[in-house]
Amino acid sequence: MALTTDQEQRKRRRKSSFSPWIMGFGRVAFTVAITMIGLLFITFIIGRVMPIDPVLSIVGESASKSTYDEAYRQLGLDKPIIVQFFIFLWDVVRGDFGESLLTARPVLDDLIRVFPATLELATVGTIIGVGLGVPLGVIAAVKQGTWIDHIARVVALIGYSMPVFWIGLIGLLVFYGKLGWISGPGRLDIFYVDIIPTVTGMILIDSLLAGDTSVFWNAVSHIILPAGLLAYYSLAYISRMTRSFMLEQLDQEYITTARVKGLSEHAVVWRHALGNVKVPLITVIALSYAGLLEGSVLTETIFSWPGIGLYITTALLSADMNAVLGGTVVVGLVFVCLNIFSDLLYKFFDPRAK
Amino acid sequence: MNTFKSLMLGVAAVAITATAPAAFAATPDNILVIANRIDDITTLDPAQSFEFAGGDLSRNIYGKLVNFDPTDLSKGYQPDLAESWTVSEDGKTITFKMRAGVKFHSGNPVTAADAVYSLQRAVKLNKTPAFILTQFGFSAENADQTIKQIDDMTFSITTDAKYATSFVLNCLTATIGGIVDSKTVMSHEKDGDMGNNWLKTNTAGSGAYKLVNWKPNESYSLIVNKDFYQGAPKIERVIVRHIQESATQRLLLEKGDIDIARNLNPQDVAGAGSKDGISILSDLRGRLMYISMNQKDPNLAKPKVVEALKYLIDYKGMQDSFLKGQYTIHQAFLPRTYLGEIADKPYSLNIEKAKALLKEAGVEAGFELKINVREAQERIEIAQSLQNTFAKANIKITLQVGTGKATLGVYRAREHQIYVGAWGPDYPDPNTNAGTFAFNPDNSDEAKATGLLAWRNSWALPEMSKATKAAVQESDRDARAKMYEALQREHQKRAPFAVMFQKIEQTGIRSNVKGLNTGGAITQVSYWPITK
Repeated sequence: MALTTDQEQRKRRRKSSFSPWIMGFGRVAFTVAITMIGLLFITFIIGRVMPIDPVLSIVGESASKSTYDEAYRQLGLDKPIIVQFFIFLWDVVRGDFGESLLTARPVLDDLIRVFPATLELATVGTIIGVGLGVPLGVIAAVKQGTWIDHIARVVALIGYSMPVFWIGLIGLLVFYGKLGWISGPGRLDIFYVDIIPTVTGMILIDSLLAGDTSVFWNAVSHIILPAGLLAYYSLAYISRMTRSFMLEQLDQEYITTARVKGLSEHAVVWRHALGNVKVPLITVIALSYAGLLEGSVLTETIFSWPGIGLYITTALLSADMNAVLGGTVVVGLVFVCLNIFSDLLYKFFDPRAK
Repeated sequence: MNTFKSLMLGVAAVAITATAPAAFAATPDNILVIANRIDDITTLDPAQSFEFAGGDLSRNIYGKLVNFDPTDLSKGYQPDLAESWTVSEDGKTITFKMRAGVKFHSGNPVTAADAVYSLQRAVKLNKTPAFILTQFGFSAENADQTIKQIDDMTFSITTDAKYATSFVLNCLTATIGGIVDSKTVMSHEKDGDMGNNWLKTNTAGSGAYKLVNWKPNESYSLIVNKDFYQGAPKIERVIVRHIQESATQRLLLEKGDIDIARNLNPQDVAGAGSKDGISILSDLRGRLMYISMNQKDPNLAKPKVVEALKYLIDYKGMQDSFLKGQYTIHQAFLPRTYLGEIADKPYSLNIEKAKALLKEAGVEAGFELKINVREAQERIEIAQSLQNTFAKANIKITLQVGTGKATLGVYRAREHQIYVGAWGPDYPDPNTNAGTFAFNPDNSDEAKATGLLAWRNSWALPEMSKATKAAVQESDRDARAKMYEALQREHQKRAPFAVMFQKIEQTGIRSNVKGLNTGGAITQVSYWPITK
């Protein structure tokens, strides 16, 4: 009898260990769908109540009445707003974001062109930011209250508080204008443009795929300053957060135990303490990465970087709502994906989450 | 190309690794690199394009029936794809003879059929700039009868009334007058759109350059048309990059990575202009700054008051301070470089004279006025300067700053007292401004002629309206120019408009670049006469 119960229980456990996965997946998909629809709806409504006339931005002020009316009908603005929203939603589900007013091309094509530029910049920026920010935070925590800590604090504060456009311009002036160490604005020198085939849209990767190192190095010399700038900004945030997480850990009893056991300080700090900081740190890094992926409008403007931040802003200012909504979907998806991804990483790193 | 590539590779390597200042990197002699704001381009179709950067692109790709010569804009329109033309006795029909031996980029010959197709197409598509043609009575319904092919190389257009030939031809120099390759365009027609969708991102012209590609908000690049009928240009490739920031454009120019910077702000003009190897080209543009006085206001309706206010504007002070390098004093309603332009500047700041005039008008004790101005930096500064100088003659000003839309709404409803306005001409003929500054056939509120600046200011000018109408029909170009000169002098004296400034555009260029013409107020940039 006892045996059967045990078997049943085991069976039930096996069954229930399978269904949570489906349940989990279903829940995630449902959340994503609701989030995206909500996001689209709000953006859509804001776009419609904005005091910019999308028709005027197509036809201009000197257009005749008949020209205006025709464009008005073509945009479907004569229909009720809720109908407009559902038409739009149905198109999006089918992968059709409509055509951008500004570029006269399908929004999807535009996004495929501009998003990789931002992705490339944000990824390089985050790698540099994490590579420098985490060690800086750890050292600042270990050497709390010393001059190293103070310097780390000042560095972070400057990164936080300096306006990006100012550092960007000064950086360009010094490293490009005066010293000539790097290339100027844009993703490539004009003479390298369109040499390699576009695969991913990220020039660093595409040039390596094509085996063209000259293009690769040119792209590196273009990306290093704007990426460094974004890195500095995220470094400020990451290092401060790392420091406070680490301080909390270093106070814990298990650290004292480890030290008493005679473990080397190196192992205590980098393996034990940092090991336990990993999980909250992942959230911080993911959030900062997502922030960069939204596209930094100022950085993209100064460095003439044709990314998604600049694309959405330009579109917004000219009431190009298809482009704005398309861009919003991408940014929304980025946030959702990074969230899911960091959840998965938790499960991987944190035994309790299993 | 190999040596060139390895050279560039060397330069790039030096730029990355060198710790010493990198050598000055000039662009190759056969390539012209330009920094410009090109995010206003929304279509390349000449029947639809109505923006600045799009006009620049179009001018270098599409030939027109008549066109301005970049080496001398003051000659007015010159034969381009049309070799000659004759005008019928009644002045309504112009018959064009096409130039023989000209080819489109596709290799197709340019014929009368293409010209007829292009003009009919522009009228039938009825996009934004279509009014430039439809003001002559062309419509989608009558285009097949009014724009007619006669034989392979001749065709005629018939307007609904007698218009000055120079009026019609000036309008044909606008971007909408670009002649498209009818065979190529028709082969890309979809759902009866006359190739509109295809021409948004492709071109089918016969001009000096062919389009290689256009990446919105990023760049466009052109390659030489070796068969250009005026001879192949020296510059083989033109690359225009979208660089938003003035400071960035200046850096690129100083480094020699670009040859021309189109959007330098006054500070950067001053900074870059003092460097070796860079010169600054100043060019007049069409935009005017003016103030206007609503004639519904009892004080402003007094001619002496209107005159007094024109003496209370510190033209020079504004030009030399916050408008420096961006606007120059100009006091007539036609921008300089237009047919019939005048350079008379009868007014300057003269407070004593203004006070005397106000006394004659019986308002020397002063009165209060509102100035409506939109929230744009330079216009607010102008309004503040007016507030300052008007106060010296006891006229107390309150500024009403609003959004562009709200301010324009007040203006169109004739509810303002004084309005600080800017006006840009729509097409390269004097009537574009005369027809709004000096034309108001019906001044009643019911007329709702909100498009006419004279109506917006409730200014009835029956005599001048007649003169404006007559100028539109004068077929002799010189006589017509004289009419506009007289009209403007009269306008300067009587109108409740004080035209104050004309826009200037300053372009930074590397000193080795010769022959750049940005088109003045009347047309767009021409790349083909440029050499390095």
